[in-house]
Amino acid sequence: MYFHYCGIPILIFFCERVKIYRRNNAISHNKLLFQCFYNRCSAPAYHLILEGILILWIIRLLFSKTYKLQERSDLTEKEKEELIEEWQPEPLVPLVSKDHPSLSYDVVTGPPSHRIIVNGKECINFASFNFLGLLDSERVKLKALSSLKKYGVGTCGPRGFYGTFDVHLELEERLAKFMRTEEAIIYSYGFATIASAIPAYSKRGDIVFVDEAACFSIQKGLQASRSFVKYFKHNDMEDLERLLKEQEIEDQKNPRKARVIRRFIVVEGLYINAADICPLPELVKLKYKYKVRIFLEESMSFGVLGEHGRGVTEHFGVNIDDIDLISANMENALASIGGFCCGRSFVIDHQRLSGQGYCFSASLPPMLASAAIEALNIMEEDPGNNIYIHKNKCILPSSLIYGGFCRTPGLKTVGEPLTPALHLQLENSTGSRTNDLKLLRAIVDYSLDRQIALTLARYLDKEERFLPPPSIRVVVTVEQTQEEMEKAAQCIREAAVKILK
Amino acid sequence: CICKYNYHIPYNYLIYLFRLYNHHASCTLLYKKTFVESFEETPLLVAVLTYMGYGILTIFGYLRDFLRDWKFEKCHLAREREEQKDFVPLYQDFENFYTRNLYMRIRDNWNRPICSVPGAKMDLVERVTPDYNWTFEHTGNVLKDVINMGSYNYLGFAENTGTCADAASECTVKYGVGVSSTRQEIGNLDKHKELEKLVARFLGVESSMAFGMGFATNSMNIPALTGKGGLILSDELNHVSLVLGARLSGSTIRVFKHNNMQNLEKLLRDAIVHGQPRTHRPWKKILILVEGIYSMEGSILRLPEVIALKKKYKAYLYLDEAHSIGALGPRGRGVVDYFGLDPSDVDIMMGTFTKSFGAAGGYIGGKKELIDYLCLHSHSAVHATSMSPPITQQIITSMKCIMGEDGTTLGQERLCQLSENTTYFRRRLHEMGFIIYGNNDSPVVPLMLYMPAKIGAFGREMLKRNIGTVVVGFPATPIIESRARFCVSAAHTREMLDKALNAISEVGDLLQLKYSRKNRHGSEGTDCFSFLESHQD
Repeated sequence: MYFHYCGIPILIFFCERVKIYRRNNAISHNKLLFQCFYNRCSAPAYHLILEGILILWIIRLLFSKTYKLQERSDLTEKEKEELIEEWQPEPLVPLVSKDHPSLSYDVVTGPPSHRIIVNGKECINFASFNFLGLLDSERVKLKALSSLKKYGVGTCGPRGFYGTFDVHLELEERLAKFMRTEEAIIYSYGFATIASAIPAYSKRGDIVFVDEAACFSIQKGLQASRSFVKYFKHNDMEDLERLLKEQEIEDQKNPRKARVIRRFIVVEGLYINAADICPLPELVKLKYKYKVRIFLEESMSFGVLGEHGRGVTEHFGVNIDDIDLISANMENALASIGGFCCGRSFVIDHQRLSGQGYCFSASLPPMLASAAIEALNIMEEDPGNNIYIHKNKCILPSSLIYGGFCRTPGLKTVGEPLTPALHLQLENSTGSRTNDLKLLRAIVDYSLDRQIALTLARYLDKEERFLPPPSIRVVVTVEQTQEEMEKAAQCIREAAVKILK
Repeated sequence: CICKYNYHIPYNYLIYLFRLYNHHASCTLLYKKTFVESFEETPLLVAVLTYMGYGILTIFGYLRDFLRDWKFEKCHLAREREEQKDFVPLYQDFENFYTRNLYMRIRDNWNRPICSVPGAKMDLVERVTPDYNWTFEHTGNVLKDVINMGSYNYLGFAENTGTCADAASECTVKYGVGVSSTRQEIGNLDKHKELEKLVARFLGVESSMAFGMGFATNSMNIPALTGKGGLILSDELNHVSLVLGARLSGSTIRVFKHNNMQNLEKLLRDAIVHGQPRTHRPWKKILILVEGIYSMEGSILRLPEVIALKKKYKAYLYLDEAHSIGALGPRGRGVVDYFGLDPSDVDIMMGTFTKSFGAAGGYIGGKKELIDYLCLHSHSAVHATSMSPPITQQIITSMKCIMGEDGTTLGQERLCQLSENTTYFRRRLHEMGFIIYGNNDSPVVPLMLYMPAKIGAFGREMLKRNIGTVVVGFPATPIIESRARFCVSAAHTREMLDKALNAISEVGDLLQLKYSRKNRHGSEGTDCFSFLESHQD
């Protein structure tokens, strides 16, 4: 640090001198030193003293010790010991009351499939994201079993160190082909997919425009990237454009800096927290207008939207190459474990060395990769017959279930008719989140007693950037029959009438 | 270096020396058995040559980049779309310089696809590259029975037959592979509960919680434990997941030198005495992040001293046993068991199921209050899909086997075999004159290669001899300390180890890797001495 301070006087000192002598005497370089000395002798005394003091001061600065502010405390060893003795840390974690409502999880006995046993009661599952009903598909199970026979269970290593199995490569190829992109990369944990992908590209100083309703894994990815985050109102393209314009003005002020700041828009295809679809065509327009890259999270929409289940790009007929990166997990529609990113090789390949959750974590167990391959097979083979898309077209918008929920007194349905996971919120909040949750929980319990398995949408109250209001999340899957859906709607209506009065 | 901290008052210096002396006296009391760990110094000539190697590579890198820019050399890199050419570039040019010009030359040593169980022997898919590692093609051939010295299969539970595989199959038939929900919502299976009870019993703690991914266990739970106003003291060689978790927590992070207790104590004292920077408020809490076995160094945590320090300064201890659980200790309970300590002295016991148990995922164990709190606040419990049932079953079965609850002594035999193999393998390598890092009891064995050119050469020469090894260089290690790493497994037979050792010796002669200048026989004494020297630094 001190170098800056003493460097300046030295510089001024010499520059001044050289300038004066050059101007006055117009002498050559090698004579300069001698002249300098000679002039010094003939200079007035006060000048010499001043310069002498200056030189001494510089020498003092050069040789004085550096110190950190912290270490300058004049505490004696005894005082330090006392401080250490006195210090009392907070407890590691605050005490949780034993009767906290979320502490006792609902226990599922047996497989979490269409028929599910929750807390000992056999129910119809309206809570798991098993959209395509592949969780208990015999074909998937058989494929997983044969894989288990060949590879065992674990991979015992990250992808780099003998953790890459041929099935991983096959799955990546299949996913890329299915999504019609150049390349795909798989992660061993759905949550870690987008949370690792964002910081692989967006670094400190870069700007990310994010929808307020973005899910928690996106938020964690943004936090890890240490980028500058700008939130726009949920699905509000005008608000996004306002932010982009603001940034454009900012860029004009400092064009040199603007040339290296990367910009991204991060959105979800189908929002898990808001149950609606992002306006992708408008986003693509904005992308080219303002030269921002789009990252799209499709965990909820993959396998659900679009004719073949390719997600929101297919739903809108947007060219998939216009989206820079698509990520989704394989835990919902594919009913396996893990997640994947796909896009152009130019983008995706970078993650193979920079995606932290990819490089530094054990790879996906081969049997789970095989299960995902088989699930993809089923999706590809018969898109019009036994799969969600068919149902999606006929049943969901038919206002049967949707309308059924809408007419529930005291509850309002949040979400678009096309979405398979709707939120039921209280029409009139009691004013306290805890009480709201208690009321909703009572509805869930009422339904559980009547063979309908529902769940509250869970959030981390203090960590969420924008905490959604409390809700019950109702998931519709291919396996539910019309009767079952009617029964569920009926049951929720009854519960609402009874509990909400 | 003592003077660096205490130069202004000679009195302090004396006290420091006194403490140091006391410290060593108490240290020896803390350890019940000899703790021999060696990190032989890099020979000067080797260091100079290594730097020169990197220098030459960098110069050639610039040359090649220049040639690519002027289209003299074909560029294999994927390009930006035409439509997006005027966007801000996604990567800075210098960002990928290392990948393009150094990593690409030896890329064939990583990501080798395997097509069998990652057990003691494995089958590799043969690859060829027509364009110097830019792309790979599979020939369709399989390299059969390659001895696997790379997988973290410490106890040999990576198997496709036997009780574990059978139990996992049964579980798949019953449950399927997915869960499609989170623990807090409707993905809390009875299997998960069973596993957590077993893990708690295995570790000797009150309660435990399991998560679907080891990496995420760290990165998603540390933020639940500490936040703004807290201090995290982290070992400089901690795994990325710990670093990420620490960063996400928002606490202040200070780094202490690897396994250096003096440095840790100094940081602790300073932190408590000076409080938070600028405001000087006392820290809310101090969390020490350490690992049981460091996977790149092969060193074992000096746990008795850490616990003594933690108690003295009222800090909390987060112990990551990713590599040590199952692999250390007479009962396989990790580094706590290895030193014969009380698990309740460690506040947060974390570990993974990927390695010794041949499965996937991670756990956190500790007091009931801790786990109750995590049940509510762990990011993983609320937002991530829960663990796959067959994976859960694999852990349950293998853990019971280690504990001897399956009614056999197979688990105990595996533990003994691992420790025997480790000792044998390390001793032989040492005798051959290689520089081996780490603790004598650690199954992770790093062998120093130093020079960048030898990284690729070693990996390839070993594969030619049908042995699969892991080689690592910068940025996973310090720039001049490139190394090969072997993971000893209980599944390795003596013949396999001998075959591997012979090949290593052969390649070692070929590449002149036998750098060690130490007395090769009966060298424990010198080891101890050199360690103490480095320890006092």
